[in-house]
Amino acid sequence: MTTTDTPRTQSARTYPSYAKSLWQRVLLTREFAVIALLLIVFFYSRNQIPNFDGPLTIYYLLLDVAPILLIALPMTLIIITGEIDLSVASTVGLSSVLVGDLHQGGMSIPMAALVAILVGVLCGAFNGFLIAYVGLPSLAVTIGTLALYRGLGVGILGTTAVTDFPEKWTDLAKDRIGDSSYPVIVIPILVLIIVFVLLLHFTPFGRGVFDIGLNDEAAHFSGVNVARTKFLLFVMAGAVSAFAGIYFTLRFGSARGDNATGMELQVIAAVLLGGVSIFGGRGALHGVLAGVLLIGVLQSALRLDDVSANVINIIIGLLLIASVMSTSFLSFVARTTAGMKRRATEGSPERQQASAHHEGNNS
Amino acid sequence: MKLRNKKATALAALAVSAALVLSACGGSSDSDGGGSGSGGGGGDLSVTFLPKNLGNPYFDTSDKGGAAAVKEFGGKFAEVGPQEATPDGQVSFINTAAQQGIGALVVSANDPKAIGDALNEARDAGTKVVTFDSDTDPEYRDLFINQASAEGIAKAQVDLIAEQIGDSGEIAILSAAANATNQNTWIDLMQKDVDANHPNIKIVETVYGDDDDQTSFDKTSALLNKYPDLKGIVSPTTVGIAAAARYVSTSDFKGKVKVTGLGTPNQMREYVEDGTVDAFALWNPEDLGYLAAFAAKALIDGDIKGDEGDTFTAGKLGDFTVGADSTVLLGDPFVFNKDNIGDFDF
Repeated sequence: MTTTDTPRTQSARTYPSYAKSLWQRVLLTREFAVIALLLIVFFYSRNQIPNFDGPLTIYYLLLDVAPILLIALPMTLIIITGEIDLSVASTVGLSSVLVGDLHQGGMSIPMAALVAILVGVLCGAFNGFLIAYVGLPSLAVTIGTLALYRGLGVGILGTTAVTDFPEKWTDLAKDRIGDSSYPVIVIPILVLIIVFVLLLHFTPFGRGVFDIGLNDEAAHFSGVNVARTKFLLFVMAGAVSAFAGIYFTLRFGSARGDNATGMELQVIAAVLLGGVSIFGGRGALHGVLAGVLLIGVLQSALRLDDVSANVINIIIGLLLIASVMSTSFLSFVARTTAGMKRRATEGSPERQQASAHHEGNNS
Repeated sequence: MKLRNKKATALAALAVSAALVLSACGGSSDSDGGGSGSGGGGGDLSVTFLPKNLGNPYFDTSDKGGAAAVKEFGGKFAEVGPQEATPDGQVSFINTAAQQGIGALVVSANDPKAIGDALNEARDAGTKVVTFDSDTDPEYRDLFINQASAEGIAKAQVDLIAEQIGDSGEIAILSAAANATNQNTWIDLMQKDVDANHPNIKIVETVYGDDDDQTSFDKTSALLNKYPDLKGIVSPTTVGIAAAARYVSTSDFKGKVKVTGLGTPNQMREYVEDGTVDAFALWNPEDLGYLAAFAAKALIDGDIKGDEGDTFTAGKLGDFTVGADSTVLLGDPFVFNKDNIGDFDF
């Protein structure tokens, strides 16, 4: 439970989130459970999986998760407001196609990338306008734009692919920082992580994001500009997805209409695995980062073990279900223990704390 | 009291998920078995097959051939691949091969260029790269195993139809799209072969079914009405031959008009069994995988470098010579008929 979360019940006279010492509030959370799991899986793989400790592992792992990591940042904020954006992978595809098509038409890569990002902003703005100002449900709108943006992308290039990119740029996408095993893409990722962490956890805008997720009417009456906040979040998602699309294109040296198909689900899975509530109002970026990396490490380790792609998907699917179920399981346990405690300590003020505690912390 | 519960539940959550993940990893490392031993170091005979995608009967068949070959020469076989046939899906697996430092990677490329850099990184890590079925640009691989030459494909189809109609009469060609490069090359070569070697056969028309089942079906119907003396239809495309066979099998022309061309056993099985189709051609993907695995072995052992004129032996298939552009030709197309179609499932 981080400090940004607010207790949900009006009946609680005490604030369970603050009733414990700082280290307990920081460490005994879903986020840290995911981080711990990430570390366990990572060190287990280092010891048990042949070649996992090789010099290429971290490098390829970061290259692989980079687009998911990027898009997970705005996606976290969107899901915390209780909305969802299913069109991100289609925006990645459209941006990839635009970079390829414009480059083929003679435009330089930076110019083509700029146009792609602008189109990404437009895609996000279109989503945001329909959701925030027209008031349509984000699930329906972004299912529509998922098909629309993908259709535009495939329509522009057809079934052909553009693969003729200058080496300077494709090499840059795969370049390392000095001699380290970290690719240069981690630099923009780190910058964006810092921006989004500050935005979500240290600004009034970020508090507004949580408030909207908990109760958007209450947020509205407490002075949060709900529509503008949502609109901006979808614009950010569009822009970041377009950037991810440019990276994707240059990394694989291939612009195709079907690039990144299905990536929206990988992003959402990682965000949920990281402890963000699909109902909104709860979540933290360090958990999401750990969730993305956990999926990346698992995929890398299982692939090194020659496990086939569908088995990897099954394992990640089960992990996601287990993680979502663990929340319900925990609140069930908390409710049961609270009930037992209520009988044991009938009339004590702790009763209210206990019930508030499971609602506020584990939902 | 309360705090202890909280801690206990957090730990329980951790344990539940950790148990799940660890058991998942543990389970897979059991199956790994020999993998741990052969993973490191170049020069070992670990061969990984990376088809365009998994769950594709064609590649299941070629990988079966590859596995048989690897078993024969005592190497370690693995099959990996993406679920969708996309280049970016293949790149992760190529990267993994580079990390593992396996002996050779046998790839059917989803894109001739997009996976090139990843393949070269794997080659830098000491892995030999053999492409089969679908090639990359030559600078990204050590060897390409070509399933069939254009001349071989053209000649096999002409020979089949000539044999089936008694080397005389009118035939027509049902192609895919009018601008399909490979189709047009084959049709051109077939025309030349007919002109030179089969003077009594006349190709009356070439029609285009656009590799669409219904269009091909309708074009077949139109052909048979337009040319009542037609004795045979050759369709060098798997969609076309199946549609033509379906039309003929339910019409009065069954048995009178021969259908042949390039098809897959699973699509053609019922028409071969009901007598509509005597025989058709394609390469044998099992042999293709088998040859690719032996080529990989020859590269790992240093017997060949992929230069033109290099020769190696591929088990039961015999000796092969590397041709221009580091290409090895599997041989003449394979003819499927009533006697052998039961042996194939792709």
